[in-house]
Amino acid sequence: MATDIATERPATQPPAADVPLRIRSVTAADMVTLVGAAAGALALDWVLYERVLPFSGALGFWVCWYVLFLVFYTSIASLQWDRLAVQDKVVQVALSTFGVLATAIVIDQVAYTLVRGFAAVRHSTFWTQTMASAGPLSPITVGGIAHALVGTLEMLALSTFMSVPLGIAAAVYLAEVGGRAARPVRTLVDAMTSLPDIIAGLFILAFIVLTIGVPKSGFAASLALAITMLPIVARAAETVLRIVPGTLREASYALGGSQWRTVLMVVLPTARSGLATAVVLAMARGIGETAPVLLVAGYSRVMNVNPFANWQTSLPLYTYDEIQSPETADHIRAFGAGFVLIILVLILFTIARRIGGGTPGELTRRQRRRIARQDAALRRMAERTMG
Amino acid sequence: MPSEAQTQVMPAVPDDTPRTIVARPSTGDKIFRGILRASGWSVFVITGLILVFLILRALKAFKFMGFAFLTTSAWITQSPQHFGIAAILPFGVLIALIAMIIAVPTGIAIALYISEYAPPRLRQPLIALIDLMAAIPSIIFGLWGLFFLMPRILGFESWLGRHLGFYKPSPALASNYANSTFIAGVVVSLMVIPIVTSLSRQVFSQAPQGEREGAYALGSTRWGMIRTVVLPFGRGGVIGATMLGLGRALGETIAVTLIIVPAWHFTFNMLQSGSNSIASRIAVDFSSYPDPRSMGLSALMAAGLVLFAMTLIVNTLGAVVIGRSRSGQATG
Repeated sequence: MATDIATERPATQPPAADVPLRIRSVTAADMVTLVGAAAGALALDWVLYERVLPFSGALGFWVCWYVLFLVFYTSIASLQWDRLAVQDKVVQVALSTFGVLATAIVIDQVAYTLVRGFAAVRHSTFWTQTMASAGPLSPITVGGIAHALVGTLEMLALSTFMSVPLGIAAAVYLAEVGGRAARPVRTLVDAMTSLPDIIAGLFILAFIVLTIGVPKSGFAASLALAITMLPIVARAAETVLRIVPGTLREASYALGGSQWRTVLMVVLPTARSGLATAVVLAMARGIGETAPVLLVAGYSRVMNVNPFANWQTSLPLYTYDEIQSPETADHIRAFGAGFVLIILVLILFTIARRIGGGTPGELTRRQRRRIARQDAALRRMAERTMG
Repeated sequence: MPSEAQTQVMPAVPDDTPRTIVARPSTGDKIFRGILRASGWSVFVITGLILVFLILRALKAFKFMGFAFLTTSAWITQSPQHFGIAAILPFGVLIALIAMIIAVPTGIAIALYISEYAPPRLRQPLIALIDLMAAIPSIIFGLWGLFFLMPRILGFESWLGRHLGFYKPSPALASNYANSTFIAGVVVSLMVIPIVTSLSRQVFSQAPQGEREGAYALGSTRWGMIRTVVLPFGRGGVIGATMLGLGRALGETIAVTLIIVPAWHFTFNMLQSGSNSIASRIAVDFSSYPDPRSMGLSALMAAGLVLFAMTLIVNTLGAVVIGRSRSGQATG
């Protein structure tokens, strides 16, 4: 169609810049059909659900509305279009709902925890106190998460310290050495990413705690966390290493670089941002794990800053323990700890998105800005010397 | 190629074969590769150690109960000892199956929406959202399921029970439906959806552009193109993603533990209050046995071993299928 318009234009006019015709996939008829079906379904649903049928409950209302909506939409669409087009549009609408549904569930979970948890985190004592002073019937103003926060951060640091070097080395093995022998390793890493998290805790309990004799502690818990984080780091890091351009490796080899120099000085630095993302994502997963910590960290109501001796508590463990108490104040504390946990996950997640996400070698906004600054400075200097 | 060209010009040189090049890695490279190989194979060492130590710790329980460990549906670890996984294993499998029935179609639908329908502007945020869903701690899923979802889903459950006709408690109280296998399954499904979605989205987006355009050129609608190009291309990935998701669902611990109340007689009646699973049994029970030599701890290790073996098999099969479908990334 764009070409038709171009040829009909009188030749005397100077040809305007060749702007591609914007093809809109959504027409007014589409929109009216959609809105009409939604409104009609809502009306019928209200009549049926609230007046005719003996149902109740918000969830059921919206499920019924959705079913009615699909029926309405299909029938209105089949009045206007042929069978194939109707099929296409109905599928599009149905699939789009699932996208909206996923968004709604995530937002709901985060918001629900944040709203319920706010009742706890607005008390400053919640941040500064441990549970040492809180009895079973203490109000929310007494007792807090200071010990759990310290425990979580220490366990996370230790487990990151243990899992990241091993995970990245395994990823480099898969991506750089490879070969036939690497295939089973990759399969097992894939399989381990969704291994039950409680098994890691059970293994550390059976091996490190009961057999070797290391007492239950933050350190034992970090070992269990490291086992769950290792495959996540390895998997994500391998994906990143694979998209490092092969030409960079070849250039390094051509300059006489050995393999270890190529990996350490070319491949890894090129993939730096992606690797950082892999690490931070694994940390976001590790920080929320309850089951591995549950079996081997013990549970402490008081501050213990030494992860190598005595029992420690992490935030998820604190939440798990508080939610099982029958007292309302304990439930509020549990949601408060959930609040902090979600905030920590969100922070880690935002960091991961900020530093990575791009392809290797692609510059971040800050790097681009720095290069632009250097460019400008050079140009100014050049102008000054010329003038 | 160059050798061919030369032989054509100068046939007098008959055997102009390329030199065989032998790459001899330097000592540094050998050490480097050794370290990398050791790190790579460490996952096998870890898996092997898990197996060995769970078996060692479980021997006592296996010796005591023998084959009856698989057929007993009780968990009495004080004398007279009588325990087995005949109730908790099928309950856990049922939870996982409910989760999969919900999560697989939903996950595929979300993946298709993201890779095929979403406006390009929304695509990256949606991918981030699914990643975030995977990173939400399971304890949060547990809290949400227990306090937000459960009160709201009871009405739906009783409706299901009445109209599908398989569960009609005599006084139709809401408490008869609370803490049921079904609710646990729904919550676990939400934890499986991100796994299914992100893995199948990856394979869907790899569907070859040429074949997509071919389908359009033959007059296909978008859905027709998806049905004939994207879905067949992504089948392997979807199957693998489903199996990895199943592994996750079988082993989910904390959310399930918070939602269910323990039950000891297996029933297919998923709406009935009370359920169980191996993972949640371990999480609840481990603290009752401070003595490392106790039968109770050994029984938990045995149950854990069964869970581990089961999920390892399911996950490995899934990973093999995923690895095959990821043909573009085959080990080179």
